[in-house]
Amino acid sequence: MRDSVKRKIKNFLGQSGIHLFLILVSVSCIFPLLWMIGSALKTQQTVFSDMRLFPAQPHWENFYTAWVEGGFGIYFFNSVFYTVTVVAGIVFISSLAAYAFSRLEFPGKNFFFLMFLVAMMIPLPGSFVPLYVLLVKLHLVNTRIGYILAMINVGLSLSIFLLKTFFDKLPKDLEDAGRIDGCSKFGIYWHVALPMARPALAVVIIFNALNVWNEYILAMLIFSSKSLMPLQRGLMVFQGAHITQYPLLMAGITITVLPIILIYLFMQRHIISGLTAGAIRG
Amino acid sequence: MKPTDRSQVKFKPGILQNYLFILPAVLIFSVFYIYPFAKTFQLSLCQWDGIMPTTVFVGFANFKNVIFRNTAYWWQSMGNAGYITLIALTLQNLLALALAMACDRAIKSGNFYRVIFFIPPVLSEVVVGLVWKWIYNGDYGLLNYWLSQIGLSGLTRTWLADPKIALTAVAITHSWKGFGWGFIILLAGLQTIPRQLYEAARVDGANAWEIFKRITAPLMVPVFALVSILTVLGTMQAFVLVISMTGGGPGYHTEVPVTRILASMIASSRFGYACAQGIVFGLVLLVVSMLQMRIGKYAKTD
Repeated sequence: MRDSVKRKIKNFLGQSGIHLFLILVSVSCIFPLLWMIGSALKTQQTVFSDMRLFPAQPHWENFYTAWVEGGFGIYFFNSVFYTVTVVAGIVFISSLAAYAFSRLEFPGKNFFFLMFLVAMMIPLPGSFVPLYVLLVKLHLVNTRIGYILAMINVGLSLSIFLLKTFFDKLPKDLEDAGRIDGCSKFGIYWHVALPMARPALAVVIIFNALNVWNEYILAMLIFSSKSLMPLQRGLMVFQGAHITQYPLLMAGITITVLPIILIYLFMQRHIISGLTAGAIRG
Repeated sequence: MKPTDRSQVKFKPGILQNYLFILPAVLIFSVFYIYPFAKTFQLSLCQWDGIMPTTVFVGFANFKNVIFRNTAYWWQSMGNAGYITLIALTLQNLLALALAMACDRAIKSGNFYRVIFFIPPVLSEVVVGLVWKWIYNGDYGLLNYWLSQIGLSGLTRTWLADPKIALTAVAITHSWKGFGWGFIILLAGLQTIPRQLYEAARVDGANAWEIFKRITAPLMVPVFALVSILTVLGTMQAFVLVISMTGGGPGYHTEVPVTRILASMIASSRFGYACAQGIVFGLVLLVVSMLQMRIGKYAKTD
């Protein structure tokens, strides 16, 4: 009897310890975000003295100031624009190629697929140096299209690989039916194969959208005009120019982070599995 | 006979059509990946300031400078990246493993914690860097504020300006941002271990440590190998966090290889040298990942 009581107490203490540990780490994950939002609502005078998480008098106008005068409105729309166009480009181009690698026959097929595969495996840090040189030569520096094309290339190999493996596992019956009905090759890809690939497309979209939204280095090398910059670059420019304007900087960071966090909380299951699938394959 | 005739007529345009499917991908890939890839090797043998119309062939001089003369703090930056990687491998992955094992026992709340722990990984390095830069700030940072609140004002300092601590501070932020990855992968691995194994061991009177040593650890070796490869390759190449937190300072104490490559290119306009640095670093990464795969295989068969 006494033994079982002892074990129960020990178990309870162990369980509480585990939960305390988990909760502490959770707080460390969330607190910086809450602190960031709270600080965005303080003023330049109170931000270093008012140590409450949320101020008694929230200054929501900081968001307006950051959006309009801080330029974060422009950066935000640029980020949305780049994310949508790059992801659309990757989805279309990589699914076309993946479909061909999985279903169609042509000489050199294995060679081309291997080429994309090897590119995924070889690390070449600093490849942004010749890429920059190339963009200068092509007069694509400080242009939207230059950034979009370079970013499409970044996501291409992994997306082709993910989609090809998915197409390989799909049954061919429906496509055969489409062929008998007289669909063209492109018609079968567009009307039959692509809709069936929705789960894999979701992974490709999530992985690449987050990648583009959070991208910094190419945006830093390519853009010199503020009107073309996405959020991550805008944040660094802002903090370089107004190093001590913490409320506005935090408002800018909140504008950058909030869409990601909201989408993440709504679609967390897909996002977590999508990102880990991408990371492990890559 | 008729059907074969028709297929023979159709043969050529059909194949051409197939190429059309991969054409856009191959085109973009050739221009934005293959050309820069080849160009890296060509430029690495040249001296070029990025502006002059002609490059000067200098053979392996750039490589000599990178590897043997250790110009531009190259091997120091490599050491710094190694140090951050070491902390990520130990601190970050042990934390991830401990959390995963805690959640594996209490599966009910497992998904809640999965969501929370994966918040830092979805944030960008710029955002994480800027927020933590403020936390570490010497004059009005949260860390110093808390330390003085609990009576440890003796420990307060300008964390990111202290040459002895700045790199560790960056490494801790990196681990904070990254442990969610390891957590997710390790938890998934733990959940594939059949529960009966644990029950049988408990019936045999094994304690928690013995269960971990005899059951969990051996079964998890492939997952450990995967997580550590991802950690090493990811951490060695991480650099945006350094840019947004310290800019490589104080002095060169938080420089990492990629920030050195950037500096060679932007600050010093030595494009050939920057390419040589990139190739040397790429080779180091290749060797490291091959070594790790060897070790992973060895541990598996052991």
